[in-house]
Amino acid sequence: MSTLRGVYLAQLRISLAEQFQYRGAILIWLLGLVIQPVIYLTIWSTVAESSGDNVDGYTARSFAAYFIVAMLVNHATHTSIMWEFESRVRHGALSALLLRPIHPIHRDIATGLAFKGLTMLVALPIAGLLALAFHPVVTTPSWAVLVFVPALLLAMALRFTVEWTLAMAAFWTTSVTAINRLYFAVFIFSGYIAPIDLLREPAKTIAEVLPFRWMLAFPVELAIGRVSATEALIGITAQAAWLAAAVIALRAVWSRGIQRYSAVGA
Amino acid sequence: MTWLRLILIHLRIAVLNELQYRTNLGLQLFQSAVALATSLVSIAFVFSKTDHLAGWSASQLLAVVGVYFLVGGLTQLFILPSLGRFMEDVRLGALDFALIKPVDSQLLITTRQVEAWKVIDVLIGVCVIGVALVQMGTSLDPIQAMVFVIVLVAGVVVVSSFVMILATCAFWFIRVQNILVIFQAMYEAGRWPITIYPPWLQGALTFLVPVGFAITVPAEALVGRLDWRLLAGAVALAVVLPVFSRWFWMMGLRAYSGASA
Repeated sequence: MSTLRGVYLAQLRISLAEQFQYRGAILIWLLGLVIQPVIYLTIWSTVAESSGDNVDGYTARSFAAYFIVAMLVNHATHTSIMWEFESRVRHGALSALLLRPIHPIHRDIATGLAFKGLTMLVALPIAGLLALAFHPVVTTPSWAVLVFVPALLLAMALRFTVEWTLAMAAFWTTSVTAINRLYFAVFIFSGYIAPIDLLREPAKTIAEVLPFRWMLAFPVELAIGRVSATEALIGITAQAAWLAAAVIALRAVWSRGIQRYSAVGA
Repeated sequence: MTWLRLILIHLRIAVLNELQYRTNLGLQLFQSAVALATSLVSIAFVFSKTDHLAGWSASQLLAVVGVYFLVGGLTQLFILPSLGRFMEDVRLGALDFALIKPVDSQLLITTRQVEAWKVIDVLIGVCVIGVALVQMGTSLDPIQAMVFVIVLVAGVVVVSSFVMILATCAFWFIRVQNILVIFQAMYEAGRWPITIYPPWLQGALTFLVPVGFAITVPAEALVGRLDWRLLAGAVALAVVLPVFSRWFWMMGLRAYSGASA
């Protein structure tokens, strides 16, 4: 356990140093982060204004709250592993990682945490500016603030595990781009273009069955006060169950994939 | 006519190259279909809650999506991939090989990478525009059609020159590939008419990144709500930006000293 802690600390230091090297890249990434929520925030506020400031219980200002929080939660849970894993397999960079005495996933966790810790320092003030521009309102009870913390952590763990598992498709195929695009198309059901409550049947049922809403919409709704105590309890349980399933899948896919991997360029 | 011959040669090489990898056609079809479906679903979703968005009807928004695909396909056919390769070449020092060729360097570096399958996006754009026109029930009179073609060409020229100017910065800053990522992110915002955004974002999407001129203005011409001042502005920009990008390129060339040599 203490070895693993040492590894994590070292990895965090390395990634922080790396990120400071490419400050420009971080700014660019943040711009991409802001644009999408602002697009949908504007669209839905416009819709709200033209229908008596009420779209299924959302006003222009509660849409503002939803999308600003969604931007932060998306930032916290986002990973780019599905784009990186392919080049690791294709160029053989994975071989070097396999030689280390710990699972390569630990490196990705540490790198991700370092990147998020650093970029949150910029994302939070941006959220503040957006709040000044769009005047969000929230109705968050105090217990929800407490539940938000585990909900966010579970969402991060769930999305990371699912995307890491899907990224391993690169062991079997070279056309992962198609898989990734399909994944991001289905990711609509996470609630990033609109709150899930606005969906109609059968889309609503699909969103409830798929795991994506637990990676984004659930923590967001919790933070802006749209979830009752019972729903919060169900949500945390659902997140934990999906996470358990995802971890099992990850282990199964990894042990099969790694047998298929024959290092390129070794 | 050297430039035309050069483009045709690169096009031929690209097509021959792509024919080796025919599964790429399937992949491109699939990706375009997914992108189109995402656009249509979000429009349908928004219009299930309202019947107009800041004065735009659903079929008018369809026209915007069509122009988005058309302009996106046209610029990704060779200008964007070529400029992407150019920036990589500056960093690796491989640009020297392009510069010693006895043709105009700017022409060469903007045409040498062709992604032939992007033709699919162009076709999708044309089809979506057709469907939108039928849905709106308006027939395009010849003058309107001509204005549309003018602002469309102007839009493609403006975007291309703009990306050209961005890419030229590579001569001074070396690591600028990410600039294309910014451009893509801003371009995404053009799926919707930029007139619906708050003023600061509209300003950014018009003057910082000319997405408004590339997509919204041609779409406005299609649905018959184009202000003549925007038409004049688009044409003026389409004249000024290429000239400026030429001048900027020459400045950049003078600053370039080779990376690895």
